[in-house]
Amino acid sequence: MAQTQRPLSPHLQIYKWQVQMVTSILHRATGIALSVGTLIVVWGLVALAAGEDAFHQFKICMGSPLGMILMIGWTWSLFYHLCNGIRHLVQDAGAGYAIAQFVRSSWLTVIGSIVLTLIVWGYVLSAGGAA
Amino acid sequence: MSTNAKDLRHPLKRARGLGSAQFGVAHWWTQRTTAVALVLLGLWFVILVLGLLQGDYATARAAVAKPWNAVLLIAFLVSMFWHAVLGLQVVVEDYVHTRWKEITLLVLIKFIAVLCVLGGTLAVLRIALGA
Repeated sequence: MAQTQRPLSPHLQIYKWQVQMVTSILHRATGIALSVGTLIVVWGLVALAAGEDAFHQFKICMGSPLGMILMIGWTWSLFYHLCNGIRHLVQDAGAGYAIAQFVRSSWLTVIGSIVLTLIVWGYVLSAGGAA
Repeated sequence: MSTNAKDLRHPLKRARGLGSAQFGVAHWWTQRTTAVALVLLGLWFVILVLGLLQGDYATARAAVAKPWNAVLLIAFLVSMFWHAVLGLQVVVEDYVHTRWKEITLLVLIKFIAVLCVLGGTLAVLRIALGA
């Protein structure tokens, strides 16, 4: 299959960047990032079951500068994938396909995910109990 | 596989497994069903975690031990890993063009996901049952 020389469709760099393209690419990228993040959820639960020392270790890792940066990344990935996922579910139902609606909902998911991330991290930092 | 006379594909193509596997619709529906579940469970999980930020180890354990939380956590784990497996499968199929690498990755992803679901579920159960 790999050895056949079929003509290729134009690749990404050919196209002018549009928000619908960005949302589509980001959906996949955040999906991959979140798949890695699932391991952290399991680590947290296993550590919680294992005992106080293991859980303390988990909290230290998550509360470290690197841990915080990763957690902010995962928070945004989660909200982005969530918002855009709802957008895709609406589109699966057959709605929102007009170009203007498509562009508007794309921007809505990008901005919505940033706002939700800011709200959550605003709460985390103001509550003072980071991770 | 049906031996439909109207099937225009060459039998060799079907024998090599390069055509439709007939599972596309089930894949599509399961991905959407778990997506809807994850919209609800994901938001619930974020709120649960935010509520535990300032709490200590015992508070976190007590929260997970509540029957409703334990049930929803296990539901979250199952739908999250299921959704991740379906999503990563499409990504691998799209970008990995060497057959043995593709198959190895697909199987590896499923193995890791199943282990994580079982490990995470056991952790929740240990906490919930007070072991």
